[in-house]
Amino acid sequence: MSDIQALEQTIARPGEAGFGDYVALLKPRVMSLVVFTALVGLLAAPVPVHPVVALASILFIALGAGASGALNMWWDADIDALMRRTARRPVPAGTVAGGEALGLGLALSGIAVVMLGLASNLLAAGLLAFTIFFYAVVYSMWLKRLTPQNIVIGGAAGAFPPVIGWAVATGGVSIESALMFALIFMWTPPHFWALALFMKDDYSRAGVPMLTVTHGRKATRAHVLVYTILLVPVAVGAAFTPIGGPAYLAISALLNAGFLYGAWRIWQRDEAAAEADGYRVEKQVFRFSLYYLFLHFGAFLLEAALRGFGMGGW
Amino acid sequence: MSFRPDHEIYRRRLGRNVGLGLTLVAFAAVIFGLTVVKVTESGPIQGYDHVVQPGLVPQEGTQ
Repeated sequence: MSDIQALEQTIARPGEAGFGDYVALLKPRVMSLVVFTALVGLLAAPVPVHPVVALASILFIALGAGASGALNMWWDADIDALMRRTARRPVPAGTVAGGEALGLGLALSGIAVVMLGLASNLLAAGLLAFTIFFYAVVYSMWLKRLTPQNIVIGGAAGAFPPVIGWAVATGGVSIESALMFALIFMWTPPHFWALALFMKDDYSRAGVPMLTVTHGRKATRAHVLVYTILLVPVAVGAAFTPIGGPAYLAISALLNAGFLYGAWRIWQRDEAAAEADGYRVEKQVFRFSLYYLFLHFGAFLLEAALRGFGMGGW
Repeated sequence: MSFRPDHEIYRRRLGRNVGLGLTLVAFAAVIFGLTVVKVTESGPIQGYDHVVQPGLVPQEGTQ
């Protein structure tokens, strides 16, 4: 064996991370939703922002979201390894060490908050810092393993990006940004409970007290329906604020009718029927809920664009 | 005579280094762009620069 071969065998760990593994730590799919909702919050605000400042701000909001994702993966590596959906994440898969994920998460959190403060204003930076803290500490470390309300309260972390985007533009918080927050906050529970219904025993195996584990599937189905009913007035009500308008109202009415119908179908079914067709309805509602949120924020954007031509709003 | 192909680990490390390099270049570009915007949006900047500039001298009677 040559010296080079011996060296290679010493240094070449099979699980050594590539660049993509570090990107995966930042939960890029979640980040894309954060980027979109923060961008809508920024563009729907009545104060114009220089494009470079807007681009940089969105970038740092996304970086902050990614940092909280890395911190979440560091903390949850033990339960991620037990769930099929998360077992291939870089830390449980062994490609990135837990300490590296922690270091990356902390470093990117600091960079994102400081840079957002410099690019826009202190309120936006403070909100981003609080969002990272809320997701990494309040949700991941505290609520997730403690209560079946984990998703309900933890949903606040995902609801902050449009508020931060709005704060970048206006330097403040208002009823409009609070409504965008409420829309995501109320949407999160039925979205994740639909997922929990068809992920079957993933959460129970990991000991995460999801509603399906603590209260059973029948109760979870009822919760999906009740929370969807509570979501409707928030979503439709936003149409009658300065960021809404007739176009938003029409889109929102259709989407809410669809979501309500899906939630009602979930509530009507029992486990035997769901098992028989491979949780078809639950999967459909989960997918629909993604479009539901995307299209609602798309409608805010549409109204903002129409206002630019003097047509949006009431 | 042919060279032995590189171990896969070198490709992975090259990818990681190139990725990090591009990220740093992008970060520097964002900082540069932000600096240009912040400086140009803050209006004209004047200082004495070792030479008295009459435009910066307070007028009598004004505070």
